[in-house]
Amino acid sequence: MIQQQSNSSSRFTRTSFTSRKEWYETAAKWAFLIMAMSLVIPLLMIVGYLIFKASPSLSWSFLVDVPIRGMREGGIWPAFIGTLYLVIISLLISTPVGVLAAVYLNEYAKDNFFNRIINMAVINLAGVPSIVHALFGLGAFVYAAGFGYSIISASLTLAIMTLPVIIASTREALASVPMSFREACWNVGATRWQAIKAVVLPNSISGILTGIILQVSRAAGETAPIMFTGAVFFKAVEKGDLFPYQLTDQCMALSMHLYTVATQVPDVKESIPFATAVVLLGSVLLVNASAIALRVWLRNRKKW
Amino acid sequence: MAENQDSVLAAEYPLLSDQKALSLPKRPFWVITAERAFEWIIRLSGVSAILFVLAIFFFVFKEAIPVLFSENFNIVQFLFSTKWYPTSAVNVRYGTFSLIIGSFSVTILAMLIAVPFGLGAAIYISEFCEKRRKEMLKIIIELLAAIPSVVWGFIGITVMSKLIVNFTGAPAGVNLLNGGLILALMSVPIIVSIGEDALKAVPDSYREAALSMGATKWQMIYRVLLPAAKSGLLAAVLLGIGRAAGETMAVLMATGHSVQIPMSLIDSVRTLTANIAAELGEAPAGSDHYRVLFLTGVLLFCITFAVNLTADLVIRGIRGK
Repeated sequence: MIQQQSNSSSRFTRTSFTSRKEWYETAAKWAFLIMAMSLVIPLLMIVGYLIFKASPSLSWSFLVDVPIRGMREGGIWPAFIGTLYLVIISLLISTPVGVLAAVYLNEYAKDNFFNRIINMAVINLAGVPSIVHALFGLGAFVYAAGFGYSIISASLTLAIMTLPVIIASTREALASVPMSFREACWNVGATRWQAIKAVVLPNSISGILTGIILQVSRAAGETAPIMFTGAVFFKAVEKGDLFPYQLTDQCMALSMHLYTVATQVPDVKESIPFATAVVLLGSVLLVNASAIALRVWLRNRKKW
Repeated sequence: MAENQDSVLAAEYPLLSDQKALSLPKRPFWVITAERAFEWIIRLSGVSAILFVLAIFFFVFKEAIPVLFSENFNIVQFLFSTKWYPTSAVNVRYGTFSLIIGSFSVTILAMLIAVPFGLGAAIYISEFCEKRRKEMLKIIIELLAAIPSVVWGFIGITVMSKLIVNFTGAPAGVNLLNGGLILALMSVPIIVSIGEDALKAVPDSYREAALSMGATKWQMIYRVLLPAAKSGLLAAVLLGIGRAAGETMAVLMATGHSVQIPMSLIDSVRTLTANIAAELGEAPAGSDHYRVLFLTGVLLFCITFAVNLTADLVIRGIRGK
């Protein structure tokens, strides 16, 4: 009777050589499994620990209350709404520029030296350390452009910082539209822009949306670039006020607030920094998860 | 002959021979102009990436330039002296050597941990996983990459520092080891995802050839796959280094922040990035101290620029083949 065996080496006669090979194979497999799992399990444990420590403070009122007693108690409303301001304004600036840049790179650019330099610039822009972006924002927007320490300076800095994210994902979305779609348009006499407007963009809009969502999560989490351009430790705001800031005001931000309560303020109630971290982490992960869900859903209903 | 064909065509398809029907419909002048203008806006956006990179270098360098001619400043001292006394009244020294060493030591420690784990996880995901688990792991890795650096820093000062004090008996939990571990966790996702791409780019026929010769999977991986994906994996490591070297908030919070050359894993260090973040708020605008911080920014910009450029060239090298 022939035994069904899945392991390729054991279809032959067992010798010390083959069994050693098998042993190595199993060992390697388990070693790599452990390596992969050692990335995943600590993450889950850490998130669980954060939530556990934060639980005394986590509630709806924590979100909509203002910090009191020098940020030692109370909620995070001004920081939360400040982050919202920064994210939305930076999004309004970087999305058009980023999408159009990606359209240029994917639809118009030929493969020549100049465009290779643009590609390299995008990659390097993504790699510039966040603190250098902060220095740039300080030098360019706060002083040279005269915006001062304000929401607009901070948003512009964030916008330039998150630009590579939107460029990369939009390019990917545009590149996934088959070339034949464009050729069909050109054949009936459409110009390049007409083809892009009528066929390429509508077919890649959800991919672009994914990129915008990723950009939101990136902008919401950054601390260093806004620290010296517009975010402050504390700003008095009414509880639950939806429009507390002017564009030229400084504002609080969630990430900055976490840094402040975790390192700068003495005698904070223990659960407050944990709860702030959980809110920040939760919103960023939620935004990312929705991007992933959108992508999976897209892939499943893709027609071509 | 040609005329003959034309007349046949005209007889069969009367519309085709009608010149009016063949001429292009004219679009209004303003539509054409608007389209031209819009295409120039698109070109301009495309070029904007270059403009931004140049602007970053220009504005950071512009703020730093005056200090190069200040009598308190000396470029050799800036790069090779360990004496960083920016606010001293009588003996001002701007030596960043210990900060550079701090940055290097944290980055190297992070890479020593992140590279084996990152590449191991990439190999597991690419070679050993069935499809469903592969998708799940990739999503988790992506979420890991999304955690903001300030949250990592917070994890460093709360969870990690407690663990380090318990296990090593160090007097304080915020030190080189803590920063290295946090940075390793932060740069692992990028190593995994780029490394997995590199492994995926190796043609399946390589794997099939190795397996059909009787190699086990492990032999196939380290004799065939790793050499074939060598440059992609190198690029993954380089991008991980770039990420770790440029990281600010996490190291600001987790490394303990004393300016010194670390002698052991549990010594506290300060990095170039954290130094800027910590002192920029206190340095009066326009002072030498303020300008030296911008100069460190230029230094950082150049370091990460070089690392990213190398990674890009390595990746391009693979595509070229």
